Amino acid sequence: MNGIGLRKLKSALFVGFCLLSVLLALTPVALIFFFVVRQGIQALNVDFFTQVPRPVGELGGGMANAIIGTLIMTGLGSLFAIPVGVMAAVYVSEFKGSRLGTLTRFAADTLNGVPSIVVGIFVYAIVVLPVKQFSALAGGLALGIMMIPIITRTTEELLLLVPSTMREGALALGATRARAVFTVILPAALPGIITGILLALARIAGETAPLLFTALNNQYFSTTITQPMASLPVQVFNYATSAFPDQHRQAWAGALVLVTIVFTCSVLARFATRRLERIRGF
Amino acid sequence: MEHTTIRPRSRLLSFLPADITIRWGTGIFAVLIVLIVAAMGIELTRESMLSIRKFGFDFWRTQTWDPVQGEFGALPFIWGTLYSSILALLIAGPVAMGIAVFLSELCPPRLRQPLVFMTELLAAIPSIVYGLWGMFVLVPAVRQLESLTPAWLKTMPLFTGPPFGFGMLSAALILAIMVVPFSSSVAREVLKSVPITQREGAYALGATRFEAIQAVLFYARTGVIGAIMLGFGRALGETMAVTMVIGNTPQLSLSLFAPQYTMAAVIANEFTEADSPIYLDALVEIGLVLFVITLVVNALSRMLIWSMARQKKPARVATVKAAEAAA
Repeated sequence: MNGIGLRKLKSALFVGFCLLSVLLALTPVALIFFFVVRQGIQALNVDFFTQVPRPVGELGGGMANAIIGTLIMTGLGSLFAIPVGVMAAVYVSEFKGSRLGTLTRFAADTLNGVPSIVVGIFVYAIVVLPVKQFSALAGGLALGIMMIPIITRTTEELLLLVPSTMREGALALGATRARAVFTVILPAALPGIITGILLALARIAGETAPLLFTALNNQYFSTTITQPMASLPVQVFNYATSAFPDQHRQAWAGALVLVTIVFTCSVLARFATRRLERIRGF
Repeated sequence: MEHTTIRPRSRLLSFLPADITIRWGTGIFAVLIVLIVAAMGIELTRESMLSIRKFGFDFWRTQTWDPVQGEFGALPFIWGTLYSSILALLIAGPVAMGIAVFLSELCPPRLRQPLVFMTELLAAIPSIVYGLWGMFVLVPAVRQLESLTPAWLKTMPLFTGPPFGFGMLSAALILAIMVVPFSSSVAREVLKSVPITQREGAYALGATRFEAIQAVLFYARTGVIGAIMLGFGRALGETMAVTMVIGNTPQLSLSLFAPQYTMAAVIANEFTEADSPIYLDALVEIGLVLFVITLVVNALSRMLIWSMARQKKPARVATVKAAEAAA
């Protein structure tokens, strides 16, 4: 038999291991933050937000075109993904037991696990190849495809949280099911839907792989969505892998801007859920 | 007394749903999601036909990757992907479990919320930022470490080769860092779904903390394994961060110090340079296999998590959450 002393020692060792793993996981976070903020701030200036990239070898310049590009393409992605994601979620939560509902949930989960680079190839095959033109539209579509599963699953979860009495009340007043959904249930779940959208934005704003061969890149300022377009993540990648220290500097600045965008979305998402939880009285 | 029977709607009409507008109006979008996934499989197969026909299974058995000569063997890429992901799993698995146990079993409530929030933020950092940090901070550190390796260790196959820094070790480390927050948040939700009676029972029998947690982990074993496998699926498809630190050299090597290559990385690097149809198709075929592998791994791990959800009713709500957190 194990003595009680030995058992207690084992227990203490295990607790120690758990604490250690928390520390182990938090160290890289701290290090990443430290470096991104330190290196990023050094390189960040007004030019970064207002200038386009200078030719290789010239110092200075900025990423104005890439910042605009990221905004345009995440916007295009949202335009496509929000209606699809929310509507599909309504279907899945309204017709819970249906075969299509189950299939859709499965498809959304599958889509969520598809590597982003594969989404890139897919969009290349269905958009870029036929028209023989890299474009911001293709990039936006790739980002949109990645947003859909996140929006669908969070929206679905939150639609199911809306008390059934609200739906029953609406139906008892003679509303059709469509009316109950669009005037009662969806508005009640709105903060949750916004959370889902923000989480999706946080995840795709920094995506590089699906843009590499859909939107490609662009050294110039461009807002034409049928043309190749620069984006922050792709620009950071190109600069990081280049041989010039000045471009490395700018890559860090780009990373800082990206992290700021992503964290803002995450924190806002958090606030949206908080509000929702307060309303529900959880 | 007179009996009134409520009759169901006539059978003739019952095949028409009562509210057809909403069913079809929203159903179209649901179908669209299913179609996207199906189209992905079909398109990837169609676009890689040239390579599938020409090389057949040899594509995955040979290891010469020479686009100029038109020779395409993808073995080094599949090796690099599996090796780096398994290594990452070995590092990240125990750590993720430790965090999950700490947050769900040991953590003082006041500390829990901020810690959970921090792991969530970690999961939100874009892959490219991990890659940038990996290139300029992790790789030099790993190079230092490698050059300090004692000579007797260098004779082992795991540690041969010059200390580049860029290579398997850096890739495995960066993958592990990226996977930990993801796996741990799913595992935490799984542990949360274990009924409190499981712990109380163990303590009532005189268990120490460790023994009680063992009981919890045993109850949640399928879900925890599912959570870690979900992380494995993530690691398999991770592209940018790995591309930036693994050294991008197609070779079969056991050495942690050797620069290698992964499936996702070769697609990212060479896709826009592919100048012949066969080259492009070979790259798409790698994408197709990556798609299939991640699909299988994800489906398996979701099944594990869901099978735990079915054990008990009260546990279900929380495990559904776990599946959601995985999303």
